[in-house]
Amino acid sequence: MQIGLISLLDGLVYGMLLFMLASGLTLILSMMGVLNFAHASIYMLGAYFAYQIGRWVGFWPAFVLAPVLCGLIGAAIEVWGLRRVHHNGHIAELLFTFGLVFIIGRAVQMAWGMLPMPYRVPAGLDFPLFSLYGENFPAYRGFMLLVSAGMLCATWLLLKKTRIGLIIQASLTHPGMVSALGHNVPRVFTIVFAGGSFLAGLAGVIAGNYLTTESGMADAMGPIVFVVVIFGGLGSLAGCFIASILMGMVQTFSVVIDYSFADLVKPLGITLTANNLLGEILTIPVSRIGPLVPYALLILILLFRPRGLLGTRET
Amino acid sequence: MSEKLTSPARAGEVETRSVEGEGDRVGTYAKMLRADPITLTRRYAATSPARRAGEVLLPWLLALAVAVVLPWLFYDFHHARHSGFALSMFSQMGMMIIFALSFNMLMGQAGLLSFCHSVLFGFGGYSTVHFLDSAGAGNLPVPMELMPLLAGFSGLGLAIAVGYVASKQRSTAFAMITLGIVQLVTTAATMFHHFFGGEGGIKTDREIGISLFGLEYAKSIEVYYLIVAWMMIAAIAMYYHTGTPLGRMANACRDNHERAQFVGYDPRMVRFLQFALSGFFAGIGGGLFAITYEIVTFDAVAAPLAANALLMAYIGGATTFVGPVLGAVLITAMQSGVSLMSNSWLIYVGVLFIAMVTFAPAGLTGIVLAHAPIARAGMLRRLLVPYLRMVVPALLVLLGFVGLVELSSFLTIGAAQGKQLALFGHSLAITSTTPWLVSLICLGGGGYWLSREATRFRSVWDDLSAGLRTASAAR
Repeated sequence: MQIGLISLLDGLVYGMLLFMLASGLTLILSMMGVLNFAHASIYMLGAYFAYQIGRWVGFWPAFVLAPVLCGLIGAAIEVWGLRRVHHNGHIAELLFTFGLVFIIGRAVQMAWGMLPMPYRVPAGLDFPLFSLYGENFPAYRGFMLLVSAGMLCATWLLLKKTRIGLIIQASLTHPGMVSALGHNVPRVFTIVFAGGSFLAGLAGVIAGNYLTTESGMADAMGPIVFVVVIFGGLGSLAGCFIASILMGMVQTFSVVIDYSFADLVKPLGITLTANNLLGEILTIPVSRIGPLVPYALLILILLFRPRGLLGTRET
Repeated sequence: MSEKLTSPARAGEVETRSVEGEGDRVGTYAKMLRADPITLTRRYAATSPARRAGEVLLPWLLALAVAVVLPWLFYDFHHARHSGFALSMFSQMGMMIIFALSFNMLMGQAGLLSFCHSVLFGFGGYSTVHFLDSAGAGNLPVPMELMPLLAGFSGLGLAIAVGYVASKQRSTAFAMITLGIVQLVTTAATMFHHFFGGEGGIKTDREIGISLFGLEYAKSIEVYYLIVAWMMIAAIAMYYHTGTPLGRMANACRDNHERAQFVGYDPRMVRFLQFALSGFFAGIGGGLFAITYEIVTFDAVAAPLAANALLMAYIGGATTFVGPVLGAVLITAMQSGVSLMSNSWLIYVGVLFIAMVTFAPAGLTGIVLAHAPIARAGMLRRLLVPYLRMVVPALLVLLGFVGLVELSSFLTIGAAQGKQLALFGHSLAITSTTPWLVSLICLGGGGYWLSREATRFRSVWDDLSAGLRTASAAR
């Protein structure tokens, strides 16, 4: 039980982090049709920026400045990059962001070196918030939860209650009509791209010291965010949210489950041995194949519900 | 379905109809058709059969001759041995040509961006290691020469399973599914010790002692010629596949899948078959990989390899058949050469890739093909001077860019490795301002100069193409 509660909170923290990344990605994807490979790279940039700015002026200014910087970079990518290749089709746009991954990844290594950065939790948040059954819950995780929940509310309010949110929502489904009504759809695209990059940067800022800030962090996070986006379904922020929390839970809980499929069928009198590939798959404990589970779930959902959990359309 | 696919008349019908039809997309399709070697072959069909056979065979024989002779150009007569570096690079090129061509069966031909192509390649490799093991133990009486075929069949088998899932979707969703699959398999390969061998991969010994020609395959030159043979077989098969009804329908589904559906084809089936076949060829490539290196690790299934195929196909030119071949040769050569010299190899790849996507989406062969109408009109001469005028500023930009990248790279990564930047034997102080300033001026000034020359070039180009258009309209 005690493991369960702490894991639940950890899963929530990780899930909210995933949502911060995935929400921007899913908005960009549903609206512009661009599968933005550089999204996780922007997340990495956010962490590195926060570390660097934090060294100069402290964590709190960095907490604001680094995401803004990422947002500006996102806007620049959209205006000077994606818009130019737009007429070559979606695949060209996707490939453009793919090239960016190489450049950003290597540029980060060139600027900061290959080693992990000593990006630490700020001293003001470095204390245990409360204890559960003898296990501490760090205050920083509570802070992460707070930030991501605040971000969730802000995004929701922005999309549902403001004029620009209305236009963004309309551009999601009817870009032609929105344009005909006199709105500048390309500018809406830029705003969405910048907003998505801002969120990715923010996720990087708060995750950089929770996980590690290193040049491989984009590659570690990228695939799982894509899984969340497909799993949740295109064009649905709610689906994206559910998928994020689910994946966060799956990843944290699979680490603590020490049973395998073989243990499950043992009461039935069937004993499996790991002397071939199938036997190995069936006897390996879940805690060891944790990283596999999200991808397996992804393939399952694609088999039975190709448009994702709450997807409104097929691509 | 299969009945429909074997009716060439029908496929031909679709293609001509869509060419006459609508808008921009079909326009590019028509352009591609014009550039398509098969259409050219058909045009020559009116000439005598002997000449026709010559026209068809000549490029293949030429390619074969180059592949056979190539390692001997680097032969070290002094020590009477082959250059190991050159031979391993050419072997790598051979496999990568098969890999890139099979990838282009999906991307160029069917418009499907697959990120799990490495999975099919790697699976072919893993299976071959197991085949070689059992052949070495005397349990599998298959000669070495046919091992790649077995690898191809394992690739085909996996592609049928994976393709069943992936072909449900197209376009971006397809790319995302394949992304999930490559992650799944890569993670699984590092995790399971049976079959995949975990993180360390699996090793084998290629000297199984069974050969059609009595060869030992102890020397790498023998393996190289095995690769060349299979490369030719695979390339010819893939080339002729582009002309089959299935290949044509893949094109149709790429350009307008709704229309293909209306005509009565099932685009999903076309995607599935195309995927399965490309898996077969990717498996052959993977088999050759296993035979060459005698070890297969999870790197052979991981996403970076699939990204490599994408780079090769795109930079070479995905709209033509030879594009991926050119790309594979170029990228492999650069990987072997530049990555040895520079830490920042990936930056150059990224910039090259982005530049291609932005300015030349049809790749290198696309650039060459764009000159074809002008060359036919005999006016290529007029482009010569504008081209030459761009050379100096382009070199300046290149120099400035490479300079800046290398300087900053040596500032961090190089310093960590204890390396020093040296130019023509003189070591350069990377902390002094001079090299930075020179690079910046080269980049800035060269960029400005280049943009002016490019505008000039474009106006000449536009004049020429406009002239050609009016000329052909008048005719």
